[in-house]
Amino acid sequence: MSDPILSIRNLTKVYAGGTKALDDVDLDISKGEIFALLGPNGAGKTTLIGAVCGLVRPTSGTITAFGQDLSTNWRSARERIGLVPQELSTDMFETVERSVAYSRGLFGRGPDKVRIEEVLRSLSLWDKRSSEIRELSGGMKRRVLIAKALAHEPDLLFLDEPTAGVDVELRKGMWEQVAALRERGVTIILTTHYIEEAELMADRVGIIRGGKILMVDNKDAMMQRLGTTEATIALAEPLSELPAAIAEYPVTLSEDGRELCYRGGDGSGSGSAEVAALTKALIAHGIDYTGIDVADSSLEDIFVDLVSQEEAA
Amino acid sequence: MSGFNARGAWSIYQRELMRAMRTAFQSILSPVLTTSLYFVVFGSVIGSRMEPVDGVPYGAFIIPGLLMLTLLGETTSNSSFGIYMPRFTGTIYELLSAPVGVAETLIGFVGAAATKGLILAAIILATATLFVDYEIAHPVFAIGYIMLVAASFSLFGFILGIWADSFEKLGIIPLLILTPLTFLGGTFYSIDDLPAPWNTVAFANPIAFLVSGLRWTFYGTSDVSIWVSLSLTLGFLALCVAIIAFIFKTGWRLRE
Repeated sequence: MSDPILSIRNLTKVYAGGTKALDDVDLDISKGEIFALLGPNGAGKTTLIGAVCGLVRPTSGTITAFGQDLSTNWRSARERIGLVPQELSTDMFETVERSVAYSRGLFGRGPDKVRIEEVLRSLSLWDKRSSEIRELSGGMKRRVLIAKALAHEPDLLFLDEPTAGVDVELRKGMWEQVAALRERGVTIILTTHYIEEAELMADRVGIIRGGKILMVDNKDAMMQRLGTTEATIALAEPLSELPAAIAEYPVTLSEDGRELCYRGGDGSGSGSAEVAALTKALIAHGIDYTGIDVADSSLEDIFVDLVSQEEAA
Repeated sequence: MSGFNARGAWSIYQRELMRAMRTAFQSILSPVLTTSLYFVVFGSVIGSRMEPVDGVPYGAFIIPGLLMLTLLGETTSNSSFGIYMPRFTGTIYELLSAPVGVAETLIGFVGAAATKGLILAAIILATATLFVDYEIAHPVFAIGYIMLVAASFSLFGFILGIWADSFEKLGIIPLLILTPLTFLGGTFYSIDDLPAPWNTVAFANPIAFLVSGLRWTFYGTSDVSIWVSLSLTLGFLALCVAIIAFIFKTGWRLRE
């Protein structure tokens, strides 16, 4: 990994009530990447973001952003960080344009109408610039929060559940906006429990549960390492036992002898190729079939597996 | 960025002042109207039948007290509301994640509340001239003292806004403590005129020192030395600053 833009070491947060929200977390984020933090509700995602952004006081551990220790050089680090919170928290009686301009000033940047216009246009908010935020729809309010977070041109952007509770169309629009930000070199850390979102957008994925990071890996590598292909072959005639001719494949015969179940591959597509070879072998040995159902495992399956393994442990 | 985010402080200050302008009826017109009614009733109508107090006509005598009444209530309320609302709506996240510290936050929120207080004081004094004849004996002292009180109670309001976890708590201190204490702190009478032991007991009320101090800047007469009033006000300001520094250091009610 290149020099991390954000480095978290041994980060622990225990709330006043005794809840351990983060448990000895280590995490490095590279410049320019999109990192998705996946986890069920209460896993510690928002606490982790809060600790980096100054909303939560860590119990122990260190956070370094842009080479600066956040506990001491927080000013220079924070001016390069943007945060889009999960909740739709806005100043309802403020106009969109003034609210975004305020955010820019708050982060130490001088007035720049051109930049504000650019941000508002990129989020399709320009026509609403003079509207009070309370007049906007939920989706627009969320875009206002993004505009506010982008107003000071951050290098590192946190999106906490950016598409929670928004409709499918808006969610897709949000993904496009995230892709455009990445084009501009912004490093993005997003939390989500929509695994589809992580699968589509992220370069790397971290899985967090109970305040612990269970796994961090390149998304493709994770899917290759933990991914599998599953195929169900419906046989024309039931078999009494698994034929020796296909014993080399990772297949099992169903109890009634009517289905062959394949489970193999590594998430890179090799499973599908092996299923194709298996079907050829079946034909070659005169075993006919009436249907094939093939499915590659998704990040969601991997996530569910990991979390359930952790629960079992 | 250097150690101080001037643009951040200015942004907060500007926005807080604009908030007051947006609600001008409530934050400016309403207190001016209320104070004007006091001038009409106690200054012009009843005051014309009252004996002068310490050689000052009654209508003029009550001006510093009434000014103090409005100043304390409004600066405390404005400042407490200014920081409580972001906490209540959740927009505090932006302030906490921004490169602003205690200095920028105080200049922004407290500075704006104090400025609003000073604007109110100026309007009230101008309005008073319509109903009562008065002259200010020590105008420079008066302006300085009003600024000091406005700053101190804006700081106090800021603490209140951090402490409060409901709108009820937000209103309790100005309505149930500051207003009664100001009424009993010599707004409408000289504490020296109270019978014993009340003329001594009255000084258990810290607001009495503030009213007395402001009255000295207006008419050169007071229940206690101006230096005592000044020292107490400065001490209160220092205490508020210390409490706020502690709040920011520990993150009490701000950062989890």
